[in-house]
Amino acid sequence: MTQHFPALLVTAPLLCALLVSIAGWLRPRLCLPIALVGLGVATLAATGMLAQVLTSGPIGYRLGGWDPPWGIYYFLDQLNAVVAAVVAWVALVNLAASHRAVQADYEDKQGPFYTLYVLAVTGLLGMVATGDAFNLYVLLEISSLTGYALIGLGPNRAPLSSLNYLFLGTIGASFYLLGVGYLYIVTGSLNMADLAELLKPLYGSLAVTTAFSLIVVGLWMKMAFFPLHAWLPNAYSQAPGPAASLLAPLMTKVMVYVMIRMMLSVFTVDFVGTQAVLQQAVGWLAVAAIVAGALFALAQRDLKRMLAYIVVGEVGYMVGGAWLGNRIGMTGAVLHLINDAVMTFCVFLAAGCIFQKIRGTAFEDLQGLFKKMPWTMAALAVGALAIIGVPPTCGFFSKWYLIRGGLEAGHWGFVCALLFSSLVNVVLFFRLFEIAFFEPMAEGNGHGDHHGHAPAVAIAEAPLSMLLPLMAAALGLVALGLATGPLVKYVITPVMPTGLW
Amino acid sequence: MSLVHSIVPLLAVLVSLAALPGIILARGRPNLRETVTFAAAGLKLILVASLLPYLLNGQEVACDLVRVLPGAPLAFKVDAFGLLFALVSSSLWIVTSAYSIGYMRGLDEHSQTRYYCFFAVALSATIGVAFSANLFTLYLFYEMLSLATYPLVTHHQDAEARTSGRKYLFYIMGTSIGLALPAMIIAYQQAGTLAFSPAGFLAGKVSPLMAGVLLFMFIFGFAKAGMMPVHSWLPAAMVAPTPVSALLHAVAVVKVGVFCILRVITGVFGVGLLKSLDLGLAVAWVAAFTIIVASLIALSQDGLKRRLAFSTIGQLSYIVLGLALLSPKGMIGGSLHIAMHAFGKITLFMCAGAIFVATGKKNISEMTGIGKRMPWTMAAFLVGSLSVIGLPPAGGFISKWYLVLGCLQAGSIGLLVVLLVSSLLNAAYFLPIVYRAYFKPPSEAAWLEGRHEGPAAAWVPPLITAACSLILFFYPQPFLRLAQMAVAGLGGGQ
Repeated sequence: MTQHFPALLVTAPLLCALLVSIAGWLRPRLCLPIALVGLGVATLAATGMLAQVLTSGPIGYRLGGWDPPWGIYYFLDQLNAVVAAVVAWVALVNLAASHRAVQADYEDKQGPFYTLYVLAVTGLLGMVATGDAFNLYVLLEISSLTGYALIGLGPNRAPLSSLNYLFLGTIGASFYLLGVGYLYIVTGSLNMADLAELLKPLYGSLAVTTAFSLIVVGLWMKMAFFPLHAWLPNAYSQAPGPAASLLAPLMTKVMVYVMIRMMLSVFTVDFVGTQAVLQQAVGWLAVAAIVAGALFALAQRDLKRMLAYIVVGEVGYMVGGAWLGNRIGMTGAVLHLINDAVMTFCVFLAAGCIFQKIRGTAFEDLQGLFKKMPWTMAALAVGALAIIGVPPTCGFFSKWYLIRGGLEAGHWGFVCALLFSSLVNVVLFFRLFEIAFFEPMAEGNGHGDHHGHAPAVAIAEAPLSMLLPLMAAALGLVALGLATGPLVKYVITPVMPTGLW
Repeated sequence: MSLVHSIVPLLAVLVSLAALPGIILARGRPNLRETVTFAAAGLKLILVASLLPYLLNGQEVACDLVRVLPGAPLAFKVDAFGLLFALVSSSLWIVTSAYSIGYMRGLDEHSQTRYYCFFAVALSATIGVAFSANLFTLYLFYEMLSLATYPLVTHHQDAEARTSGRKYLFYIMGTSIGLALPAMIIAYQQAGTLAFSPAGFLAGKVSPLMAGVLLFMFIFGFAKAGMMPVHSWLPAAMVAPTPVSALLHAVAVVKVGVFCILRVITGVFGVGLLKSLDLGLAVAWVAAFTIIVASLIALSQDGLKRRLAFSTIGQLSYIVLGLALLSPKGMIGGSLHIAMHAFGKITLFMCAGAIFVATGKKNISEMTGIGKRMPWTMAAFLVGSLSVIGLPPAGGFISKWYLVLGCLQAGSIGLLVVLLVSSLLNAAYFLPIVYRAYFKPPSEAAWLEGRHEGPAAAWVPPLITAACSLILFFYPQPFLRLAQMAVAGLGGGQ
């Protein structure tokens, strides 16, 4: 059983997706339980593999028994084992929280909704686990297409945003495919490990450089790296709540993972190190992404849209860290990938809880929310602290490594951008907390009248099925933060290539 | 110096956090709720005090928690400096809790459960700062304190509170993220560790230029210390309920800021490094500037709490000045002033609050003749003033005595003059209040009707702290002993 975990990771949800769509016609009530079983098995497999990788090293798996490089080969080392575990857990917890939100808005579409949901997760998990560049493309399209459909389910202009995303996402995926095509032309292989060996003698070749550029640009498009981010804010802020809290934390992060995998395992740092101009340019693009994400976020008057632009900035953190060209920066990028998945999940889920009760997330809807939804707001506050980067939440530690990486590389622009973004995040969140804490404003000017109690507001919390997962996410942020030491030591350091100093 | 491993420092930090569920569960029953606060406060003081024998025996108490970053674990280490500060804060928490009851119930304030919760969190953070073994742990609790005090400062939830809260966060979080955090990371990058050591972990690891830049990034980054020009959050934060101003903005928050600077001077850079680069003097003069300017501004304030706030800004810089003198006597004076000023200033704040509860007056000009109405309160106020000015028979005299000796020891006559001028200014802004209260004809007829000091829980606590100030003049232990040991531990002798 345990040796089939890699297969189970993808096949269990894939099969369950099929069952869910059948249940959608016959017994819609069964959709969620079946989906839970599918993702539950995948989560178990992912967690089991992480334990396995940590104790006895990387796992390889031949899908269908075909030998690499001809057959599809799944390969899990510390890096993707931990990413797979995070993806599986976030998707599972979010699924558990989705019941009431789906019931409220998509009662007649439960079958399609959960089918799409489970398929999207299948694609994400597959992308993380696969060791085959073309298989990755297939899984990328699975998760993208289901993602478009999930976002399109949203109200009002969501279908339009989804269409916009579809256009840009398809271009991105095509770039990636084109890049992989070039690689196939020059090497005749699609297996990542095989490619890495075959590419080594070809590093000077223009075709390889072109392939690399195409792949990286395609991935940037999919991860919304500034200035290729235009599709993201609308798509993630208009998507149905449970879809937003699935895709916003995971989709961009998995794409960042794929980029790092390409940089470390397919092209290797020796190759990336020769692209000095590109490296410089990406560093400054990351600075632009961070600053632009922060400024755009400042301009928003809606919680979900603000969060969406924060995601744009966070992508800048990770891309910037990965391209600093040193071990500490790369460590920061990987750590932030893990942390950001959980913290984005926490804040988007909190936004979902708020939407569930208030039916809106515009800033003026948030008045008096600390009284009405104290627990949700507490969790949102923890998420905010993680995004700002206050210890002991995990956001502090990844920022710590990223800033150190920037210092090490002498890239002061990146260091300043990170600090700037932290400060802007303070403004962003406390502006929101001010509305939720002070408004509606008590009458009078304080002392004269402050015993006149603020208007009594009854507590009206989100349903427990949403609140408990949210609490788990918020606690997870602190737990992840305190686990930084072992995470870096046992998970991230072993996968850092020796070429990085 | 031998090291004892014990879980007590951790418990001392956590005990007030552990009280949170109790406070929240008892929200419908105020008496039970306040009992929980008292129990936690009492337990905290006992735990802190139980560490005293180790320290007096020349031992230090350590407690390592989690290895989060290499060279910068989450860890506690109690030395004499830390224990001195922890003793002051935890003992005053008890008095303030009693006072809170008188004040908050006397004014029928809203959201008292929230108030007691965040008060408890703030105390945890304060003790955490006091016991931190390294800069990372210190920073963690520093930020925790910033966030825990925000809902306390903005307790009234009105427009004024909102503006002040914004200013508070802007200064406190802005400087900690914008200056202290990068300084800490650069220091780590240079030294590979953040653990405080008596010689300073940066000693021999940084160039003179970088040392100077880092030092000032730290000093202004810990804006809670109220050094000019990052002081103006403090007067703004006076919109908080008075017990908050009393404990947090005269004792815990501002002293946390000063304590961070103490750690930066003694544990990060080390006396030797600062001496060799002459950086101590630079800091001392920034402090001297703050002392004089803050005292001058205080003279013109009519709002009693605002006058106290500017006085606090000045007195905090006394502490920084003492430390920055880098002479043993000056450093003893500086760290002793943490305790002496705390007892004096908390008395003054509690008196201001007691006057507000009993009469609704906030401005000094409205307090003419109030001594007839509230003789005991004003007596406490007089003692507090004496202590802050530094006159016998109050504790403040002793710390200022050491500060003066420290100036002489460091051979800095200029700074000595600053201290003396400032003492005159202190007298000039405090004593007229007392004179006006006792010797001028009352401005309001009601005040002739005899003694009426409001609820006992509001005016007895300042009397207690005033008595402590007097006692500390005659018997300044264990604070003086701890300060001497701490400074001796730096290798400077006495």
